[in-house]
Amino acid sequence: MNKPLPNTYRQGPDSQGRFGQFGGRFVAETLMPLILEVEQAYEAAKRDPSFDAEWRRLLTHYVGRPSPLWFAERLTEHLRANSAREGFGAKVYFKRDELNHTGAHKINAVLGQILLAKRMGKTRIIAETGAGQHGVATATVCALFDLPCTVFMGATDVERQQPNVFRMKLLGAEVMPVTSGAATLKDAMNEALRYWVANVEDTYYCIGTVAGPHPYPVMVRDFQSVIGEEAKQQMMAAEGRLPDALVAAIGGGSNAMGLFYPFLDDADVRMYGVEAAGHGVETEQHAASLTKGRPGVLHGNRTYLLQDAHGQITEAHSISAGLDYPGVGPEHSWLHELGRVQYVSATDDEALAAFQLCSKLEGIIPALEPAHALAHVIRMAPTLPKDEIVLMNLCGRGDKDIFTVARHLGVEM
Amino acid sequence: MSRIAAKFAALKAEGRKALVTYLQGFDPDRETSLALLRGLPGAGADLLEVGVPFTDPMADGPSIQRAAQRALKVGATLPGVLDLVREFRRGDDTTPIILMGYYNPILAYGVDRFCGDAAAAGVDGLIVVDVPPEEAGEIEPQARAAGLDLIRLVAPTTDDARLPRVLAATSGFVYYVSITGITGTRSATAASLEQAIPRIHKHTDLPIAIGFGIRTPQQAGEAARLADGAVVGTALVDTLAASLDENGKARPETVGLVLEQVRALAGAVRGG
Repeated sequence: MNKPLPNTYRQGPDSQGRFGQFGGRFVAETLMPLILEVEQAYEAAKRDPSFDAEWRRLLTHYVGRPSPLWFAERLTEHLRANSAREGFGAKVYFKRDELNHTGAHKINAVLGQILLAKRMGKTRIIAETGAGQHGVATATVCALFDLPCTVFMGATDVERQQPNVFRMKLLGAEVMPVTSGAATLKDAMNEALRYWVANVEDTYYCIGTVAGPHPYPVMVRDFQSVIGEEAKQQMMAAEGRLPDALVAAIGGGSNAMGLFYPFLDDADVRMYGVEAAGHGVETEQHAASLTKGRPGVLHGNRTYLLQDAHGQITEAHSISAGLDYPGVGPEHSWLHELGRVQYVSATDDEALAAFQLCSKLEGIIPALEPAHALAHVIRMAPTLPKDEIVLMNLCGRGDKDIFTVARHLGVEM
Repeated sequence: MSRIAAKFAALKAEGRKALVTYLQGFDPDRETSLALLRGLPGAGADLLEVGVPFTDPMADGPSIQRAAQRALKVGATLPGVLDLVREFRRGDDTTPIILMGYYNPILAYGVDRFCGDAAAAGVDGLIVVDVPPEEAGEIEPQARAAGLDLIRLVAPTTDDARLPRVLAATSGFVYYVSITGITGTRSATAASLEQAIPRIHKHTDLPIAIGFGIRTPQQAGEAARLADGAVVGTALVDTLAASLDENGKARPETVGLVLEQVRALAGAVRGG
């Protein structure tokens, strides 16, 4: 029980792709040689300065990085006014990854992976998508690099994310609706893996989050860490010190891992990952894998999963299609058990309220995913002293969500 | 000697090859599933693979995905499948039973307890699709201690550098996945099999069964001629599915139709 804490939280994963007991490579033999090939190619690319230079060139000139650090002054004042105590209400900053090309953080890791696929000589790209943000980012980069792209998307999500489906098609991608299982994100991932097994020779699978078999969790984390690295420098420039707390939404957990990772060894920085509580974690309708799930194996890695007593995977629910996944990246499971990151949750209703508040106070329509993170900021900031700083990853913009939100608010469009 | 080794030794002595059948446990219901298992050896199946239903069968094609959904709908669980095997064993002490499935239900059951209970129920071997040799430490020691064979998949993508490592972690027999793909979607050419099987035999004396994509008696006969056995799954699951009524329930002829197909396959394998 009294395992010694590591002296760094930034050493994982080990050579087997494990973060403690989490992670690993749980795939069928047909995929195993390919996973090993991706790992080797990634290790080689990491050591090649020209790979990093090309990726950073694209981030600067194509994506628009660095994304700004924004002091959300009106929101801060609002939360201070709502605080029960004098002298309370932390300063709230946003890391504005919603300003990236394609409107979310996803493109950071997509660019890295597509550059890797090209190095590997792969000529066809596949991806899974839930809300469609990762699908759009992948379709975008494939258009840029003239690569054929197939995006697997649950038929249910195809229905509720029509604007993104059309975007992907405009960008030249083929969208494959997946009808197996519950026809949502996990089934899209199953289908992408099945397609990959059958097309191993020419195809690269561009995974959208810090999950899947090793090396995907570490690779996607490394690419997304650009978020936290920038934020660290920007915060030093703005405030001359590190923030007191970081907050990010968790579906698979790539935007959160990207923000947290560079700060993991800064002991004074508290971290909060916000899972989707759907209708409430006390109901069956949520996507809070860490809060309510238990460890298991799915999609190539050991991690916390929503599952029944017999190990069958249960359906997740969230108003946000991007958080609607019954698992979570393995590094989050590890950080959860170590207690380095606190994992909390926000309901559909709390996210909807935060979505509207942010729009009105800051003139920023956030995606429903970071609206969950914001819901936690709204709860937490008023309980912290005025001189504390909270940094939240505003990882996506909300244009894609206005139809969903309108429907929930009873507005006809 | 394990039932699997004994069966292959007996087949060798008779100078014939093995027909290995795959059906999902509890598909479409427990009673039909048990009747099928009981009927299979008499229809000519030499080894029986019993699929353990899982919500997310990543290596399976649409037919077996639907079989899993049918089984889960009638309440299939891993303990339920073990119970099915236990009941089958009361009437058959020689036909090897291999459970094929995914790791998470085993993890949920508890790996130690599962291996012990499976062996006690009369299971002879396990194929855990998503536990490759790299993760063998997860279940190999427990399976070995319980006397269960761990049958591993070898794929066309398993190159010569990797093959010894995969085979070293295999016992019972080698399951050669004849295509790069999921179950039941396409078939290998005889030419590719003619190259593949000797390549594996260079590294192992274990029997080799060919599976994934064998649908017809002719293909089964061909595979059996080249290797030590042929595995047929999706084609049987399709026959079963086609025999169901509009509510997905078994009809009186369901069991007979599947067994009739097994007899035709067995004829081709034995003739081969």
